[in-house]
Amino acid sequence: MSVLFYGSAIIAILSTLLVITRTNIVHALLYFIVSLLAIAVIFYTLGAPFAAALEVIVYAGAIMVMFLFVVMMLNLGHVTQDQEKAWLVPSIWIGPSLLAIPLLIEVIYAINLNQETMATKVVGPKEVGIALFGPYVLAVELASMLLLAGLVGAYHLARK
Amino acid sequence: MFALEVGSLLIIVVVFILILIPTALLGWIERRLIGFFQDRLGPNRLGPLGVMQVAADFIKMFGKEDWIPPFSDKLTFVIAPMILPIAMFLSFAVIPFAPGVGIIDLNVGLLWILAMAGLAAYSAMLAGIASNNKFSLLGGLRAAAQMISYEVFMGISILGVVILSDSFNLREIVIAQEDGWFVFPQFIGFFIFLVAGLAESHRWPLDLPEGEAEIISGYNTEYSGMKFLLFFVGEYIGLTLISALIPILFFGGWHAPFGLEFGNEIFSGLFWLSVKASFFAFFFILVRAAIPRPRYDQLMAYGWLIMLPLSLLNLLITGALVLVQGG
Repeated sequence: MSVLFYGSAIIAILSTLLVITRTNIVHALLYFIVSLLAIAVIFYTLGAPFAAALEVIVYAGAIMVMFLFVVMMLNLGHVTQDQEKAWLVPSIWIGPSLLAIPLLIEVIYAINLNQETMATKVVGPKEVGIALFGPYVLAVELASMLLLAGLVGAYHLARK
Repeated sequence: MFALEVGSLLIIVVVFILILIPTALLGWIERRLIGFFQDRLGPNRLGPLGVMQVAADFIKMFGKEDWIPPFSDKLTFVIAPMILPIAMFLSFAVIPFAPGVGIIDLNVGLLWILAMAGLAAYSAMLAGIASNNKFSLLGGLRAAAQMISYEVFMGISILGVVILSDSFNLREIVIAQEDGWFVFPQFIGFFIFLVAGLAESHRWPLDLPEGEAEIISGYNTEYSGMKFLLFFVGEYIGLTLISALIPILFFGGWHAPFGLEFGNEIFSGLFWLSVKASFFAFFFILVRAAIPRPRYDQLMAYGWLIMLPLSLLNLLITGALVLVQGG
């Protein structure tokens, strides 16, 4: 299991790096999908098959499809690719890298602090459901209201 | 490793062959049946009843030039046709064929099928955008909108089955139907799943992403040879999958109707599941011959204005009844 975990973790990191550095948006989306699938495998190895399935259905299967749909609708072609190339100069990496270094140190520290192995317990669909509609029911209701507001807003914009 | 149990190598090989044979034959069966429905002959020259037409078709496809258009996005163009058959084959991993026969008993089996259906949608979309061609792009756009819409109704329509069987595991869903098939309490769910399955596999009459008379061949206009074969085979595996899923979810899976079990329970189970799956495969072919293709806006309006409220109502009533009965 740990081979699977570290393998998919490396794939996730590499493909996410490729997402950022690709100038062709369709290729970037392809690598993003690979990254999401790798994260789903990580969820599965950590004992959360339900979260893994939702990761693929919702993120890879629905949200990325929407991204691709918009790319197809606009169909801007090579102009955007040149624009991306112009934007992606090495000097813009300095600021984000400086900000990310403390995060990296914190992550390494946290990993060293907690030597627990993974997959202590499998959380199935039923446990997730009970947790969502038990102690976290208020958060679920608030999130659904937010989504409803978004839906009404989209409908209003599309009417004009 | 070679024992007759869930997940053994023997079962995996047998399941692979069980999928490949009907998939290869469906191309011929469909053309023969369509010929019969439309009062013409269909392929009847090669071999007994023309069954060797399958081999002829494959030889023809292998012999064609495998052309990648110079104006296309090459990486995406090559990847796109592979996604569909891979996702469809992977879906079969969670299908329970008979008691003790299957590749894996995933406790999120039904969600696995939905996830693979979601990934299969990329095939048509990426093919559409990579071909860099107006008709392909239109086909890809239609595929994206159609599949993402009907995935919603497909997901909601099977939740009634999940409530009744108390599980996402397909094997437990089949076992829960020992005393009565779910098609009777879940008829609306079954109907929505049938239409959504047709739209998900974008077969005729809901083949709008291809729409031969309007947009040539839609997303696969630029494809030839082996790459076209992958789309072609993927579509037939999808037909096999949906024909096997409907009996498993709504018609009792491997359970025999009217207590007509015979001999070994594994062979009896395999026999009845294939009989039921064949029935639905024939039904889908009959639908192709019988119903004309709707207009694109009609398909979308039908989905969001009729299927969505109907599936939500079905879910609400099923949940309320189970709660009242103290399930």
